[in-house]
Amino acid sequence: MNTNRTLAVITMSLMLGACGGRSNTLPDTEPVDDIPPGTAGTTASGVGSAGSRAGSAIPDDRLDDATAAYLDDLIVYFEFDRSEVQPRFTDLLAAHARNLANNPRLRVRLEGHADERGSREYNIGLGERRAQAVRRILLIQGASAGQINTVSYGEERPAERGSSESAYAQNRRVEIVYQN
Amino acid sequence: MNRALIVIALLAFAVPARAELTIEITQGAGQAVPIAVVPFGLEGTADAPLDVAGVIAADLARSGRFAPLEQRDMLARPTRGVDIDFDDWRMVDAELIVVGRLVREAEDDYSLQFQLFDVLRGEQLLGYRIPASARGLRLAAHRAADMIFEEIIGIPGVFSTRIAYITAEDDGATGRVYRLIVSDADGANQYTIVESAEPLMSPTWSPDGRRIAYVSFEGNRSAVWVQTLRTGDRQQLSAEAGINGAPAWSPDGRRLAMTLSGPEGNPDIWVMTIATGDKRRLTKNPAIDTEAAWSPNGRFLYFTSDRSGGPQIYRVAADGGEASRVTFEGRYNARPRISADGSKLAVVHDDRGNFRIAVYDLEKRLFQVLSDGRLDESPDFAPNGATLIYATRQDGKGVLATVSVDGTVKQRLASTGGDVREPVWSPFRND
Repeated sequence: MNTNRTLAVITMSLMLGACGGRSNTLPDTEPVDDIPPGTAGTTASGVGSAGSRAGSAIPDDRLDDATAAYLDDLIVYFEFDRSEVQPRFTDLLAAHARNLANNPRLRVRLEGHADERGSREYNIGLGERRAQAVRRILLIQGASAGQINTVSYGEERPAERGSSESAYAQNRRVEIVYQN
Repeated sequence: MNRALIVIALLAFAVPARAELTIEITQGAGQAVPIAVVPFGLEGTADAPLDVAGVIAADLARSGRFAPLEQRDMLARPTRGVDIDFDDWRMVDAELIVVGRLVREAEDDYSLQFQLFDVLRGEQLLGYRIPASARGLRLAAHRAADMIFEEIIGIPGVFSTRIAYITAEDDGATGRVYRLIVSDADGANQYTIVESAEPLMSPTWSPDGRRIAYVSFEGNRSAVWVQTLRTGDRQQLSAEAGINGAPAWSPDGRRLAMTLSGPEGNPDIWVMTIATGDKRRLTKNPAIDTEAAWSPNGRFLYFTSDRSGGPQIYRVAADGGEASRVTFEGRYNARPRISADGSKLAVVHDDRGNFRIAVYDLEKRLFQVLSDGRLDESPDFAPNGATLIYATRQDGKGVLATVSVDGTVKQRLASTGGDVREPVWSPFRND
């Protein structure tokens, strides 16, 4: 996972170099830091990782800069027992879709996850449904089917252990893993 | 005799697990039968290779249906029926007494001889001689306990059966180690069948108890595997795009139901003929259809589907057709397992925000919540249908627990290792 993430960042940095190089302005916060702990049945709304990145866009280079900024965000979060992608992740996914469309040799694996509540194989189904929801958005926005595969880990690989609502909010997610 | 061979083979191909499972009785039955299991006599050997009476007494105690007498409270130590003075045992309120001897017939050739008596009537109820190798003695003692249980309770005992389960623990660095482990039903004789740095899940026994199917995520993708316990040989049965999950053996052992989602990610129930690898799609619904379980007669499959909004149990004929909804109690019922007589369904049930084990009586249409945890899951029936094993949490850690189907007897299997989960009970041993 760490290796893949590093690879993704390197890939991105190389691209940034090619298009003018603003990698030093990339926020170094983990996207998870932007998600405040949710309460029962809800996750963060309003201030998401997308909002916090908007300020780094530069007017005359908006598209590329926005793409670059969002590419560091590799995780999409979900509500309990839901698989709809929330609007706050629209820009993030648009950036990854553009990245894939512009770089046909890139491959991603979408890893779907669920929180620990309920039965394990049903949670595998939920994780897959979430990964597919992300996949469809990437396809609609220009990525090709051959660039994307999905795997669901259900509740088997939590990002954060523990049985709190905030841990659950971190664990209901799809991770975008760039492959070499 | 086959058993001895299999145990030796397991040693050769499987690794004894370090962690221990210890059983704590957390709630006993109202009326446990007082029974004296007298230490066994020894013939042909000075050293006892096994405390046979100890194993039998522990089995009977664990069932919650018997209350074994402490050895220090025994006024005599008879090893044959003719030597029993029943007044000794009436005085300490024992209703039953077990006496026996462990006889070494040859180098690695023992026989376990035991008799069960009704103390009040002074009458013999059982008398058996079980041959065993030194290594097979523990199993022989469990079989003796099974016979005593059946004689008194009226249903077969399950002390000689096994369980399989998954463990997950930190590997000392940043990762986790996942293991599929098989042990005796009392937690003894643990063997690691598979070990992986990627998740393992959904173990399930073949009807003959010789193989286990499971899901492995090695290589960052899911696949259904079947492994033969005796040899350790394993075979990948399905590794398609998307989900390969929730394997379930047909009662005849020839087919495996599983969940496949395909590249478009729609989880449905499929049935594979193991010998040919041919797969047939049994459900076709945009919802999540998963966690199939066969009815004991092989005619139906029960499964989880959220086609009505939330997960509920449905039933479909094994040769296809429309599925019909089975559960209506509450908003969340998942992971069905069926008792061997086909009369009861065990499920994971959302009980006002707590995930608990419930049993639905298909004939009487009665729904009963049996566990009291917050994150209970993965129920499975013992082959005699009297007990359920399931996964629960203790101090934030995954542990196993059992509960009798009437809810009266509860136990926890505490582990010294990491998280323990997804227990599945083996069929009866017929070897």
